[in-house]
Amino acid sequence: MSAIVLRGVHAFDPSSGVDEIIDVVVEQGKITRAGRDAGRELAATPSEKVRIILGLSEQGNQRWLFPGFVDLHAHLREPGNEAKEDIKSGLAAAAAGGYVDVCVMPNTRPVNDSTIITEWMVHKGKAANSARLHPICAITTGQNGEALTEMALLKEAGAIAASDDGKCVTRSDVMRRALEYGKTFDLPIIQHAEDHALTQGAEMHEGAISARLGLRGWPRIAEDIIVARDVLLAEYTDSRYHVAHLSTLGAARIVREAKSRGIKVTCEVTPHHLTMTHELLIGYDTACKVNPPLREAEDLEALLLALADGTIDAIATDHAPHTASDKEGPIADAAMGMIGLELCLPMLLGLVSSGKLPLARVITALSSAPAKIVGLAAPRIREGAAADLTLVDRAEEWIVTPSQLRSKSHNTPLLNQTVRGRVKATLRDGIFIHDELEGRRP
Amino acid sequence: MWTHKHLLGTADIDAARAERFFARAEHYLAFLREGERKSEELRGKVVVHLFFEASTRTRASFEMAAKRLGAEVVNLNPKGSSVSKGESLLDTLKNIEAMRADAIVVRHSASGVPHFLASRSSIPILNAGDGLHEHPTQALLDAFTIRRKRGQIHGLTVAICGDILQSRVARSNALLLGALGAKVRLVAPRTMMPPAAEALGPTVTVHHDLDEGLRDADVVMMLRIQNERFGGAMMGSTREFARTFGLDPGRMGIARPDCLIMHPGPVNWGVELSTRIESLGDRVVILDQVESGVAVRMAALSLLLTSGRAVGDAAVAS
Repeated sequence: MSAIVLRGVHAFDPSSGVDEIIDVVVEQGKITRAGRDAGRELAATPSEKVRIILGLSEQGNQRWLFPGFVDLHAHLREPGNEAKEDIKSGLAAAAAGGYVDVCVMPNTRPVNDSTIITEWMVHKGKAANSARLHPICAITTGQNGEALTEMALLKEAGAIAASDDGKCVTRSDVMRRALEYGKTFDLPIIQHAEDHALTQGAEMHEGAISARLGLRGWPRIAEDIIVARDVLLAEYTDSRYHVAHLSTLGAARIVREAKSRGIKVTCEVTPHHLTMTHELLIGYDTACKVNPPLREAEDLEALLLALADGTIDAIATDHAPHTASDKEGPIADAAMGMIGLELCLPMLLGLVSSGKLPLARVITALSSAPAKIVGLAAPRIREGAAADLTLVDRAEEWIVTPSQLRSKSHNTPLLNQTVRGRVKATLRDGIFIHDELEGRRP
Repeated sequence: MWTHKHLLGTADIDAARAERFFARAEHYLAFLREGERKSEELRGKVVVHLFFEASTRTRASFEMAAKRLGAEVVNLNPKGSSVSKGESLLDTLKNIEAMRADAIVVRHSASGVPHFLASRSSIPILNAGDGLHEHPTQALLDAFTIRRKRGQIHGLTVAICGDILQSRVARSNALLLGALGAKVRLVAPRTMMPPAAEALGPTVTVHHDLDEGLRDADVVMMLRIQNERFGGAMMGSTREFARTFGLDPGRMGIARPDCLIMHPGPVNWGVELSTRIESLGDRVVILDQVESGVAVRMAALSLLLTSGRAVGDAAVAS
C-alpha cells in the first residue's frame, strides 16, 4: 500500500495545536499531508494502492485521530512468566490500546539487569513487528537494592530508563548513587516509591476499609516518605527523578512543591488510581489487589487535580498481567496488579465525558509527556512527522470479555463490564499494528 | 455476611435475627445441662473441620457441638497434607465436596478465605476465624452470654480492650453488639488500634486509656495479647502492658459495680488479666462463655445443616 488517506477524521493533538476535522495522508511511514480536504485528490482516484479510512464509522460516530500513545510502565513478563504474558501478546495488547511505544519493566525472570537480556528484549520486540518495545533496565543487580547495574552499557544496548519497579530502592546511599550515575549517562531513574518496612504483608490501602476487612494496610506514608526523600536527593545531586505510579495526595503535594522549587522531578499515574478506590476490595475481589493499592476518594480527587494542573506529567498503565490461578484465593495469596494496556483509554474517556479531565490533558499525558520523560520523539499530527497515530471511536461501547482482549491475562475489575471508547486502528511508522476497521480482526 | 447457606460474619445479623438465634441456642444450652446430651438431629451428617491455623478451644467446641447433635466430624490438618504441598484452596474445597461432606468449618490465617470458599461451594461454610477479619461464632457466644447474664444487650456499654488491630474477635463483636444496641468502646494503645477504628461498628468509640474505657462500663471484654506476633514493635513489655492496659480488681472500681468480665481465651494470666480478678466471683464469666460456645455452635450447625426447619426457626438463617 503506498498511501493511507484518513478522510474527515477529528484530528486532536494538543502539542501541535490541532483540534479539527481534517484529512491526514500517510505515505512511506510519514504524514505527508494534513489539512482540510488534503486527501480529496487521492481519495477521488480509487486504487488498490490507496486505503481510504472514513471519518465516520458505520454507526455514524465521528472518528478521532490522536498522536500514538506512549506507555512508560508495562510488565510484559517475558522472559520467565510467559503464561501471564509475552512480548508478542503484550505488544499486541499495547497496539490494541493505541500505543506505539511501550517501556517494559525489568522485573522479569531473570531480572533485566544485563545487556544480554536488554538486547534480547529489543530483538524480540522488533520481531513482533508491533508497537516499539523499549526496555527499562534494573537500577541494581537482581533488583536487590545494593549494587548498581551497568547503566552505560545497558543504555547502549537499548535501555531507555532504569527502575527496580516492584521493589523500592530503599537505601538512601544507593538511591543517591543511582541518581548520580544515571545522570552521568543521561538515563532517567524511575522509582517504585514504597518504604517496605511500612508495608510488610500489606494487602490493601490502610484505612477504614482495611480495618473492617481485617486486611493488612499499606499506608500512604510509605509512599510519601520515599518520594519526599528522593526529591531531596534529586535536589542534592541535581539530577532527574521520576516517580512511578504515584497514588497518594501527599506524594502529589510533595511533587508539586518540588517542581515549584525547580527540582527536576516528573511522575506518572495509572488509570486505575484515577478511577477506582479501596471500597472495591469489599467482597475480597482479588482483581482489585494492586501495588500501590487503590486508595481513597480524596486521593483520587487529588490525583485528578494534580494531573490537570501538570503536577502529574504522564498516565502510565502499570499493565500487570496475571493468570487466573495467580489471582485465585484469598487476598493475602493473590498476585498484585491489573492489566491496563487495552483499557486505559476507555477508563480515561470516562473521566473526560464526566468533566473531570480535559481531553487535551489526557492526550498529552498519554503521548508527548511520557515520550519526553524517556527521551523519545513525541508522536505528532503534522506534516513530516512519523505516522504514529491512534484512531478512536469515542462513542463505541464494548464489553470487556477475554475474547476481546489481546493480552493473555484478564485480571481486571472491569471484566464483563461495558466500557465506552474503542481504539479502531493504530499506525506505527505508517504500518497498521492494530486494525479492526471494516470488520477486520487482527 | 450470613446468608441462608453460610455463616461468614456478623455484618448482616440484626436484632430480630439474633433473638431467634439466641432462642435456639438457649434450647441447646438447656439440653446440654439437663438432657441426655445426645441428639439425633444431625445423624448421618459429616462436618469437615478445615483448620489451616492452630486452634484447640474453638475446634474442640465445634467438635463437641457437632457430636452432641449426632453428626460425624472429620478433622483435616492441612499441615503436612496436600494443601501444604501447594494444592490450591479451590482444589481442597472441590475434593471435600466430591467426598459428599455436608458442611465445612474453616479457620485460616488469611482474611476472606471463608468468603472465597463460600462463593464457590455447594455446601455450607462456617467461619471459625479468618485472619484479622471475623470470628462470628465467638461474637454470637459473647452476645449470648451477656444477654443471659444481663437480660438484654440494648443500652449496655461494652469495653473491648487489647490488641484491636489484630483481633477478629473485636471486629465481630463491634459489629454484632453494635447491631444489638450496645455502645462499644474499643480500648488499646495506639500501636494496637487500626486507623479509622470508628468504622468497625455502628456504635464504636475509640479510647487509648483503660480508665476512660472502663468508666461506667457494663461489660469489659479483655483480648489475648499475642506477644509472639509483635516482634517487639507494639509495646515495651508485657509487664508494661499489664500496668497500663491490664485489668485487675482495683481498676474495676471505675466500672459499674455489676460489670461483667469476659475473655475469649486463652488468657495470658498476669498480662491482660490479673489472677486476682478471680476475687470478683461470678462477675467473671469466662467459663460461661466456653459453655455457651458449645450451645451457640450447635445452633449454628443445626441452622445451616437442617435448612432451618427445626424449632420453627426457618427465618433465622434465611
